[in-house]
Amino acid sequence: MNKLINWVDERLPIVDAWNKHLGKYYAPKNFNVWYFFGSLAMLVLVNQLITGIWLTMSYNPSGEGAFASVEYIMRDVEWGWLLRYLHSTGASAFFVVVYLHMFRGLMYGSYQKPRELIWIFGMLIYLVLMAEAFMGYLLPWGQMSYWGAQVIVNLFGAIPVIGDDLALWIRGDYLISGITLNRFFALHVVALPIVLLGLVVLHILALHEVGSNNPDGIDIKKNKDENGVPKDGIPFHPYYTVHDLLGVAVFFFIFFLVVFFFPEVGGLFLEKPNFEPANPLKTPDHIAPVWYFTPFYAMLRAVTVDLFGLAAKFWGVVVMGAAIAILFVLPWLDRSPVRSIRYKGWLSKIALAIFAVSFVILGYLGVVPATEGRTTVAQILTTLYFLYFILMPFYTRMEKTKPVPERVTG
Amino acid sequence: MKKLILGLFMTVLPTLALAAGPAVSLDSVDADHTNKASLQRGAATYMNYCAGCHSMEYARYNRIAADLEIPEDLFLENLIFTGAKIGELIEIGMDKKQAEAWFGSAPPDLTLVSRVRGEDWLYSYLRAFYKDDSRPLGVNNAVFENVGMPHVMVAEQGLCAVPPRIGTAPNVDPLSGNVRNVDICDSWAIEGSMEPAEFNSAMYDLTNFLSYMGDPIKVERERLGILVLIFVAIFFIFAYLLNREYWKDVH
Repeated sequence: MNKLINWVDERLPIVDAWNKHLGKYYAPKNFNVWYFFGSLAMLVLVNQLITGIWLTMSYNPSGEGAFASVEYIMRDVEWGWLLRYLHSTGASAFFVVVYLHMFRGLMYGSYQKPRELIWIFGMLIYLVLMAEAFMGYLLPWGQMSYWGAQVIVNLFGAIPVIGDDLALWIRGDYLISGITLNRFFALHVVALPIVLLGLVVLHILALHEVGSNNPDGIDIKKNKDENGVPKDGIPFHPYYTVHDLLGVAVFFFIFFLVVFFFPEVGGLFLEKPNFEPANPLKTPDHIAPVWYFTPFYAMLRAVTVDLFGLAAKFWGVVVMGAAIAILFVLPWLDRSPVRSIRYKGWLSKIALAIFAVSFVILGYLGVVPATEGRTTVAQILTTLYFLYFILMPFYTRMEKTKPVPERVTG
Repeated sequence: MKKLILGLFMTVLPTLALAAGPAVSLDSVDADHTNKASLQRGAATYMNYCAGCHSMEYARYNRIAADLEIPEDLFLENLIFTGAKIGELIEIGMDKKQAEAWFGSAPPDLTLVSRVRGEDWLYSYLRAFYKDDSRPLGVNNAVFENVGMPHVMVAEQGLCAVPPRIGTAPNVDPLSGNVRNVDICDSWAIEGSMEPAEFNSAMYDLTNFLSYMGDPIKVERERLGILVLIFVAIFFIFAYLLNREYWKDVH
């Protein structure tokens, strides 16, 4: 075994790579539960790739055959039902862990210098993930697949001058059709996964270059022992590999609870109208995107006024786009001298709490049909969402921060 | 660890409160896919009364036979009326274009109807036909207004002269001990061959069968699910012990 490793290592630096990324990658020893979600995201990604490959083997990407082929997978393919539920539940689980992972970053200032690029690669992953999920949702070719895609692609039509041509170009047809399904299939199973994997590699390479942040937001590299090892650092392997196994076990318990006992999650993970084949002539009563898009969908619907001669729908799209775009510049909005929420002032704490609550309630409002009252609430919450970012340069500088300890605390 | 579980629950909990209520009040039933006798009776009702117009084009006859423990020769003889082979999909001979001309819209495929509408809706709908001379077929439905479907089981249920009381579940009168609200119709235009309780039970079986059709793997899935969860729980114990052993020397 050793001889083989040596033989390969002389030709490919595998020992070096192992040490750099696992064996001698020193991670802070004070990671808490919020630090499980990175490795869990990786786990879900692998699940999506593997189940996705097997689903592709029996899926038929055509307007005539797509819906029936999904039912063929559910009924006639050996273990097909399990593959499909693992994939559909995995899609939602991906967003659950990614949202928690991002929230962790917000709490502990993991985007701050020198980790700006990690944050940006992460945001790009999130963006590609949304595209991947959106295109994947069209593939079962149910009513909600069809009308959801119709609504979202039509958003591009709201852009002045080029909008209609752009939407036509995306669809490849005058309405969502088998042609759209075919190209979304190609993008979903080939193009976007390649981009996603590339971005994940960049995300991790950038992380391992500067080192992991921690709940105290302390730079552990400032305190090294005589061997140059951070005093508060422990090798990722074996300490965090065995530690992450615990997270995996808890995650799997909840994940399989959903997969085996309520894969639809009351219509949230698999929407009821999607058990009816796509019908271009019959619009469902209530079109709602899947839950992970609903905060942004609520923001889109919250914009109801025409402005500067442009339709409200266009401004809704602008707001929705801005809500995601503003996350990219987060590292430059935070002017606080400390990273972690533990040592920031009460202004930051309240701001983060309001932001998180607004996002969750917006998510709820995006699922339910809009009423006048709900739209007003959505408008207020959308404003709060943006204020969190716009005011950040001021409140992070104004507030009194607590002193950061030299060494990590528990 | 507690924090982790709590954290995960906190993220999932808000999403559970979203189940939307139905527009009309419905009678509620609990499907039971382990009740093979009920499913068999439901399958018989379906093949005799529904399968003339409603296909189940994503499902196969022999899967039903196997799941419901009906011998294939008996199934072929008594439950397949189209001359189809036992391994074929449950298709119908009716032409969609013609059906549209007859009923206003083609009778939908029912393989997944229970996943779209839910069991409560089906059980209520099947019992909610009533006489309405303003409609082309002389009947209307209290759950699905102006539905194009005729009352197929009029000979069995009879025809209610007024909209039946759906959403008033049967209950026991505490004084007399009698079961109330089994008969949901106040006046009958046509008497049926079945007693109300008998018809309710037949419609429960049919609903149960449709529920099974929408999710035929459910019983097996939940059986496996328990084994998987037990495995994960045991895995957790070992992961916990391994983690504790390694982390002993981290201070």
